[in-house]
Amino acid sequence: MTGSPVSGNRAFVLAGRIGLGLGSLAITILGLLLITFLISRVVPIDPVLSIVGERATEAQIAAVRAKLGLDLPMWQQFLIYVRDALTGDLGTSIRTGEPVAAEIARYFPATLELATLGTIFGTLVGVPAGVLAATRPGSLADQVVRVIGLMGYSMPVFWLGLIGLLVFYGQLDWVSGPGRLDPTYDMMMQFTLTPYTGMILIDSALNGAWDVFGNAVSHIILPAGLLGYVSMAYISRMTRSFMMNELGQEYITTARVKGMPEWRVVWVHAMKNALVPLITVITLSYAYLLEGSVLTETIFAWPGLGSYITDALFAADMPAVLGGTVVVGAVFITLNMASDLLYRLVDPRARA
Amino acid sequence: MTALRQWLQDPSPASRRQARLGQMWLAWLRIRRNRLAMAGLVIVGTLLVVAALAPWIAPHDPLAQDLTRRLLPPLTPGNLLGTDDFGRDILSRIIYGARITLYIIGLVAVTAPVLGLLIGTVAGYFGGWVDATLMRLTDIFLAFPRLILALALVAVLGPGIGNAILAIALTAWPPYARVARAETLTVRNSDYIAAIRLQGASPARIIAGHVVPMCLPSVIIRVTLDMAGVILIAAGLGFLGLGVQPPLPEWGLMISSGRKYLFEQWWVATMPGLAIFVVSLGFNLLGDGLRDVLDPRSAAR
Amino acid sequence: MTLLDVRNLRVTFQTETGPVQAVRGVSFSLGRERLGIVGESGSGKTITGRAVLRLIRPPGRVEADAMVFDGQDLLHATDREMRALRGKRIGMVMQDPKYSLNPVMTVGRQLTEGLRLRDGLGRADAGAKARAALEAVQIRDPDRVMDAYPHELSGGMGQRVMIAMMLIPEPDLLIADEPTSALDVTVQAEVLSILDALVRDRGMGLIFISHDLRLVARFCDRVLVMYKGRIVEEIAARDLMAARHPYTQGLLNCLPRIGGPRTPLPGLDRSGAWASGGAP
Repeated sequence: MTGSPVSGNRAFVLAGRIGLGLGSLAITILGLLLITFLISRVVPIDPVLSIVGERATEAQIAAVRAKLGLDLPMWQQFLIYVRDALTGDLGTSIRTGEPVAAEIARYFPATLELATLGTIFGTLVGVPAGVLAATRPGSLADQVVRVIGLMGYSMPVFWLGLIGLLVFYGQLDWVSGPGRLDPTYDMMMQFTLTPYTGMILIDSALNGAWDVFGNAVSHIILPAGLLGYVSMAYISRMTRSFMMNELGQEYITTARVKGMPEWRVVWVHAMKNALVPLITVITLSYAYLLEGSVLTETIFAWPGLGSYITDALFAADMPAVLGGTVVVGAVFITLNMASDLLYRLVDPRARA
Repeated sequence: MTALRQWLQDPSPASRRQARLGQMWLAWLRIRRNRLAMAGLVIVGTLLVVAALAPWIAPHDPLAQDLTRRLLPPLTPGNLLGTDDFGRDILSRIIYGARITLYIIGLVAVTAPVLGLLIGTVAGYFGGWVDATLMRLTDIFLAFPRLILALALVAVLGPGIGNAILAIALTAWPPYARVARAETLTVRNSDYIAAIRLQGASPARIIAGHVVPMCLPSVIIRVTLDMAGVILIAAGLGFLGLGVQPPLPEWGLMISSGRKYLFEQWWVATMPGLAIFVVSLGFNLLGDGLRDVLDPRSAAR
Repeated sequence: MTLLDVRNLRVTFQTETGPVQAVRGVSFSLGRERLGIVGESGSGKTITGRAVLRLIRPPGRVEADAMVFDGQDLLHATDREMRALRGKRIGMVMQDPKYSLNPVMTVGRQLTEGLRLRDGLGRADAGAKARAALEAVQIRDPDRVMDAYPHELSGGMGQRVMIAMMLIPEPDLLIADEPTSALDVTVQAEVLSILDALVRDRGMGLIFISHDLRLVARFCDRVLVMYKGRIVEEIAARDLMAARHPYTQGLLNCLPRIGGPRTPLPGLDRSGAWASGGAP
């Protein structure tokens, strides 16, 4: 017999895990900053020249160098970089002269809105599809789910986006085209409504502006459906594999011996166990959507983080590129950590 | 032929080579029954043949412009898949594009897994702080979204096919390191490794001669499955204008140049996308089948 | 009175190398008695037990001339009828509680699940019944066990929980498939005596599947010896040590005896006609 599992004890263990997790989170984020720092130092674009211009005197260049801290030893520069990043200072955009962090804060909600909706689609379709395939291995339904999933794995998302625009916008005219809103609604959004979150669907609903909401839906449905398909491909495959594994376990036989109906065997007994790894998969796919939005946002002229990074890239605006990279990386790492915590909450074995 | 088959299926093989070949024969029999995997094999095989024979198959020079024959629709005589905005034959460009795709995935396939194997086996074999350090590094790279890291790297190195490959390889190795480390951990403490160590073999020799071969099957499966992802990232970089540069017929780049004409001349962007999709699907089908056959742990019950 | 009657049961599995017959023509009948099935691993004893509950999933196929439980045809029962039989009238205890209990559900939920879902009992009533069942398998602090997850229990505890779970609906027939093989030797006897007492008190039929001849001889009234999917010998348990069939004798000779001669144990002689698959 193992020791008595008092609930207070469990909470204590969990708190310890969180502490450990925060420690490794800190190290990973430090590594992330080190990599972006190194990239920024080998970049062939001289930040000093871009500030003072080609005709600056030696003295002017030296003054700016000192002001930017570029005359310090590398390790000191890195420490300053880390300190700045942790206090929310990601540098100044060369293109606009605005702080990168403030710009990202403006662009990020659009990406978040898109990726969240995509993940919701992907989960709502992918999990049942995977379960269906796992309960009837080798059947027609299984084959269909498998092929549709593999196709999602194999499709270039930017191409699928173009085809989607061509068919649903160009030919059928069922949805609105690129952008988050039509220009008139965009004006309404900007000048008459209170921005609570920066996510148009939520803000327009909170303001009761249902016409704006409807227009936003007609814009987001195609890119979100697209990302949803990509994430569905991943989630359905993983669900199938986890459920197949669980349905072959002995406790499933126990449940059947107890006379439990099949829906309960599958959706309660097997699903509760498959959920443990599935949580990791769903958070990972959420993180990938946040990243994968780079190409989708380009196609749909979606003013999100992906568009921000690519636009900055073409303007050789390195602070903006690296700032965006740091933010995406940090979100990625945080989501990973969150999935780890959720995992422990769902799996009693991981708590002990 | 029948004698060979009998030799291969001999339940009590006389030599290690016979046993190994017999195993491979059985695996081949199993994969041959898997229709989807065979479809994948056919697609990948076709890609290889098309790339090798491009100059002989392609009806036109992929770079030859003919402004009098701009944007012709598919099924035009002489231009089966139509022409692009410079009057270049799309079919020929796709055929030559197979070479570029193959070049990219070939180079990534020989660099990223090697780097990953090296890091993973060393970490797994030595354990302790070596393991902790290398795996932390792997985690950091894994934490980076692949496309964004590749973008940042290309931004620093400058666009171009070589830098794109380098960027992809630098972002592709961590999963291999994970796989290799896991495999290494399972064999590290086995008796036969101990026996070799007692004979005085150096760690380098044990890793290269005895640990790496054990990791190879799982790494090969991963490579096959990964190739589809590499194709997609390469195409994505090309699409953004950060990979292969014009006028080379890279598929992603071709899609991006067809974007301007999407609503009127849909085929310019659609055709190369289909090529990417089919080839990437081929690698996925093949990798999936290989995994079912070669990796008993994940095989369907 | 006959509780279970099985005539010419055959179980076939479709594999990559063609169909494999795991059970080939097994017949037996059972009253409210304790029937042992012994055999090596792979002899088809476990599959026989599961076929009775129709737990063989495709690609496995179950055929028989007859399979009747208490007047009810098991071969042609609908899924709903089968579900009503399982748990309620026939229970099964599996080998290893580490795998046969759901790892992410508390013991309490697993115990009360049937009561609440099938019998529509309230939370408190079901809980009381479950606690009583735990006490019946001699678990002293049922409240703590109810709140525990299976991984927090020892093997012996887990198996007692399993037995309690199967006995809650008071079935007429219990199939125990190697119920003690995964347990430490020290707790084996304990779990067995609990099982023995419960079966005896409630007058259930028992099919006891094991590879352990001595255990079966001590624990059962009648023994079937299986080999390669067939019954090679049926014998009263008290006569087991005097079995005549060469396979049974072979199995008996493989057992070491305390105080016996210290010569190497003989291997099984499989040269007889019975081993090659002819009629037993």
